[in-house]
Amino acid sequence: MTALAPRSHFPLLARHPGLHYLDSAATAQKPQQVLQALIEYYEQHNANPHRGAYALSVASTECYHDARVRVARFIGMQDADCAIFTRGTTESLNLLASAWGRANVRAGDNVVVTAMEHHANFVPWQQLALATGAEFRIAELTPDGQVDRESFRSMLNERTRVVAFAHVSNALGTINPVQELVACVRAASPHAIVVCDGAQAVPHLPVNFDSLGVDAYAFSGHKLGAPMGIGVLAATRALLDATPPWQTGGDMIEFVGDDRTTWNVLPHKFEAGTPNVADAVGLAAACDYLDGLSGDAVREHELQLTLHASELLNSIPGVTVLGPPPHERTGVASFVIDGVHPHDIATVLDGSNVCIRAGHHCAQPLMRRLNQHATARASFWVYNTEEDVAALVSGVHGAIRLLGGIGAPAGAQQYDGVAGAD
Amino acid sequence: MTQPLSSLYQDILLDHYRRPRNSGVIERPDAHSEARNPLCGDRVELTLTFDSDGRVNDARFTGEGCSIAKASASMLTEAVRGQTREEMRAMREQVLLLLSGEGGADAEESAEALGDVRALAGVARYPARVKCARMAWDALMQAVM
Repeated sequence: MTALAPRSHFPLLARHPGLHYLDSAATAQKPQQVLQALIEYYEQHNANPHRGAYALSVASTECYHDARVRVARFIGMQDADCAIFTRGTTESLNLLASAWGRANVRAGDNVVVTAMEHHANFVPWQQLALATGAEFRIAELTPDGQVDRESFRSMLNERTRVVAFAHVSNALGTINPVQELVACVRAASPHAIVVCDGAQAVPHLPVNFDSLGVDAYAFSGHKLGAPMGIGVLAATRALLDATPPWQTGGDMIEFVGDDRTTWNVLPHKFEAGTPNVADAVGLAAACDYLDGLSGDAVREHELQLTLHASELLNSIPGVTVLGPPPHERTGVASFVIDGVHPHDIATVLDGSNVCIRAGHHCAQPLMRRLNQHATARASFWVYNTEEDVAALVSGVHGAIRLLGGIGAPAGAQQYDGVAGAD
Repeated sequence: MTQPLSSLYQDILLDHYRRPRNSGVIERPDAHSEARNPLCGDRVELTLTFDSDGRVNDARFTGEGCSIAKASASMLTEAVRGQTREEMRAMREQVLLLLSGEGGADAEESAEALGDVRALAGVARYPARVKCARMAWDALMQAVM
């Protein structure tokens, strides 16, 4: 299987021909055309947008507006003014939890998340509940790492105000049935908003915000080839109208009186200060790049790699790939090796130029439920090939040769047995 | 990425990983502490007893961690036996210098006295793993403060 996108499109990969980059779920490598868009913006159009009454500032304003329209179109959103640029998924979710949450959640309400959430879609809601006196509820998972529908439904009632869940699990790659979960919420909880963390979905699956039916959808640019430090909070106009400003200052005001201030229209109401125009332009370029490959082709390419990697890894004695079957995951293979800590796996693989992630993946509630302390995670994107999978598998054999096969000595029993103790 | 893995996974270190010394928890310790690495969730718990002269009588460790974290803790429990609090603080400084890779020949020479702990010197070339090796020594610092 060849790469869907040649390495030559990605300057870092072109510069390191021997590198097997299998950590795109953490951050993706950047296409040349994204880097080019950044340089072009700064070389040709840089000025503070929305302010100066001169042609260059107008050009910058247009770049920024055009970027928003392209990004909104990429995620299937008609109303581009409801695509708020943020620093990333974490900021998008914190914006909602802080601004909407503090204004709308009361003691006696409940806030629901799932046990597979990244900390960015868990901690803000947990803290909101603690601050408001609302009840924090965690929908449990099936043994193979999917949302347990029964548990999910049992969390929902009339007092549910927020239901937050990932479109795709960052640690396992589990693809959640967003529309089905939304339908459960609408049936049971008329006052709830549905917030979806799309950080691990937008780079890997075709996403159509308008047909998902969620109230808010957050994602980061850097996982889809855009620069770090730009992301989106996409939300319905009704939700954004019900959300007070989060940060105040320049750009987000309509009129500032001595005693009071009125707010600018969307999207500016949520974008205080000089915006990150260049990275927004870079994000739009990344969306264009992926459009050029087609979302369906990206999905199919990752699926083939995931099937192949999962089969090879699972066939190695002592290795277990976690989560649902490959068809129900994005390009993620999260695995453990009996008796070998994921850190050691990552270090050994690094010795063969294979980059993977090892640790709790900012998903400690999930790790406790999987009864794992940490996992090793290989993740695939458009530039990966079977060669990368072969290097991964060969490195896993190497890690087992060096560190495995020790059974469970006295010390290791404690090391294995207390995951979830806290 | 370029150095051979054997510089990290030295035989002494692998031996401590495969046959950890002093693993467990002392039921009535004189000192008890725990250190965590928030980035990866690893944890080490140390328990110590002292004799009437203020020297370590027994030291044990438990927790969750990788080979480096575990071997480092195992080495620590051996190295601190018979040491005073003052000596342990000095020893920790030596270990941190060793892990920083900045001590040069002097640090390696003075590390001779550390015994097996010297095997941690190889970790200095793997910045991503220094925290793993440090964790037990951070716990020790809390325990003897």
